[in-house]
Amino acid sequence: MSDFNIINTSGVSKNEFSLTVISGKGGTGKTTITASLAHLVDKEIVKADCDVDASNLGIILEGETIEQSKYVGAKVALIDQAMCDQCGGCKDVCRYDAVDIVNSKYIVNNLKCEGCNACVVNCHLDAIKLIKEVTGDVIKKDTKVGKLVTSKMIPGAEGSGKLVTEVRRVGKTENTETLIDGSPGIGCAVMASVTGSNHSLIVTEPTQSGFEDMKRVYEIVANFDSIPLAVINKYDINEEVAIKIEKECERLGIKIVGKIPFDTTVNEAVNNLRPVIEYKDSKAAIAINEMYQNILKVIEGE
Amino acid sequence: MNIVFLSGKGGTGKTTVSTNIAYLNGFNYFDCDVEEPNGHIFLKPVINETIDSGVLNPVINEDKCTLCNACVRNCQFGALVNTGKKIMVFNELCHGCGTCSLSCKYDAITEVKRTLGKVEVGTYEKAKFVRGILNVKEPLAVPVIKDVKKLINKEENNIIDSPPGTSCTVVETLEDMDFAVLVTEPTRFGLSDLKMAVYVVREMKIPFGIVINRSSQDDHIITDYLKSENIDLIGKIPYSMKAARLYSEGKMMIEDEEFYERFKKLSEDIIKRVDNNERF
Ligand code: SF4
Ligand code: SF4
Ligand code: SF4
Ligand code: SF4
Repeated sequence: MSDFNIINTSGVSKNEFSLTVISGKGGTGKTTITASLAHLVDKEIVKADCDVDASNLGIILEGETIEQSKYVGAKVALIDQAMCDQCGGCKDVCRYDAVDIVNSKYIVNNLKCEGCNACVVNCHLDAIKLIKEVTGDVIKKDTKVGKLVTSKMIPGAEGSGKLVTEVRRVGKTENTETLIDGSPGIGCAVMASVTGSNHSLIVTEPTQSGFEDMKRVYEIVANFDSIPLAVINKYDINEEVAIKIEKECERLGIKIVGKIPFDTTVNEAVNNLRPVIEYKDSKAAIAINEMYQNILKVIEGE
Repeated sequence: MNIVFLSGKGGTGKTTVSTNIAYLNGFNYFDCDVEEPNGHIFLKPVINETIDSGVLNPVINEDKCTLCNACVRNCQFGALVNTGKKIMVFNELCHGCGTCSLSCKYDAITEVKRTLGKVEVGTYEKAKFVRGILNVKEPLAVPVIKDVKKLINKEENNIIDSPPGTSCTVVETLEDMDFAVLVTEPTRFGLSDLKMAVYVVREMKIPFGIVINRSSQDDHIITDYLKSENIDLIGKIPYSMKAARLYSEGKMMIEDEEFYERFKKLSEDIIKRVDNNERF
């Protein structure tokens, strides 16, 4: 695991509320569900948006920024042109193809540079330095539903896993009880968002891709000390696949805490910047409420 | 021509659009969305070769190592630790950059490839199909994407499916592309993520245009922004339960007559733009 501490340092005790919402693939409704949960859970529970690539939880929870700080999550190489003799030694050793020749000058492409130091070590004139690079802002907000920690990643920046870890860390210092909107996928960022959460809620949908991605993301959760739960969103789009997912969950020991029907209210809610749970009579809101009750039962160990 | 399909957020239908366009034109298809490669579900390729993909990790020859600590000091990823008795390598932290072997004056470091995932190579219909698959629990996706891209013959017609988001994996995928199609959806989330994607393609100076998937009465959320930024809207695909159903069954949209016409038009509109290599 590259960019973060894999040790559970959160000190969360087992019946505390610490839940990360994840999905193997994007677009399954993860953030919509998290936003509704954020309205249902206790105000004291800190909400953290660890989907740094697409940090959208704040769009719905709104609120006012109370603190914003730059996060240095990477380094990049910088060549001092006054010292460089254009020997090409840096370009030779860079495995990331990050050194370009522009008008016969050697220039580092920040988007590609991983800050690995190879060029620095290889430069016979000491003309290269690694400098710190800000990879995003970490933002603390006060919202109607309590504190929210979110971020603004600089697009294209290295090490989103590190920024995720920072958002999680800041959240956990506010309160060990957290509700986290996790990252999609199965790479470093999702591992960083699941770390230290007692429960992980996998949001899946009844499609072939949804099914395959759920299995992949489960393998991640299985490696952490986090109890996997699942919810099938838009389950009625394809009930056969939904049943297949249910069977697979049963086989893997994932508890299904909810099944949410397809409901156009969801998009309406997103576009009105409201959590769908506020549309009380909608099919989706009713199902999300039920899901929340089931999650509480699991946490309380019933 | 090399056309990359990306989306600021996942689930906008990037793979739906890219696979259908590839199929219609018989273009090669490269799946760089290595954390969730789903193109094969729709294109149903025959795979005839699997290549291991990975990075080089250092191996320390203890007989030669003097514990001078140069490698530990220079490694930026905390992958080397000096225990006082030996240098330990933490492979899963290692980015395979080679800095440690460059630092070692005693010739004590060799490098051995460690597998991170695999690249499958095959065919669908008559075109090439390549997909990268990152092993679960491996944090480094970029090396697998690089291995997929090595198989691209730039002189042919290629469709590349990018990972979602805007992090380093997307930058790697976008490198050397002739044109980018940004697939979005008409929601506030879609807009917020689209803006990030636009930032990246502009930064990388790749000509691009937008496709609105699940087009609805809310399209203005996206089109207002496109107008204000003078961004080219290539086309729209309407929202329908039928589309969702076809997707869930792993079927191509063009199997449906109505969508066939739409994709045909969309495909022509994309190719026209790539040919003109217009910059927007
Ligand atoms: S190795 Fe040093 S001197 Fe040589 S081209 Fe690179 S920066 Fe310049
Ligand atoms: S720090 Fe590493 S990645 Fe960056 S330019 Fe130097 S060798 Fe290349
Ligand atoms: S190859 Fe790079 S990351 Fe790996 S141990 Fe050596 S210096 Fe560290
Ligand atoms: S640089 Fe070479 S000799 Fe020095 S500690 Fe590392 S492996 Fe040993």
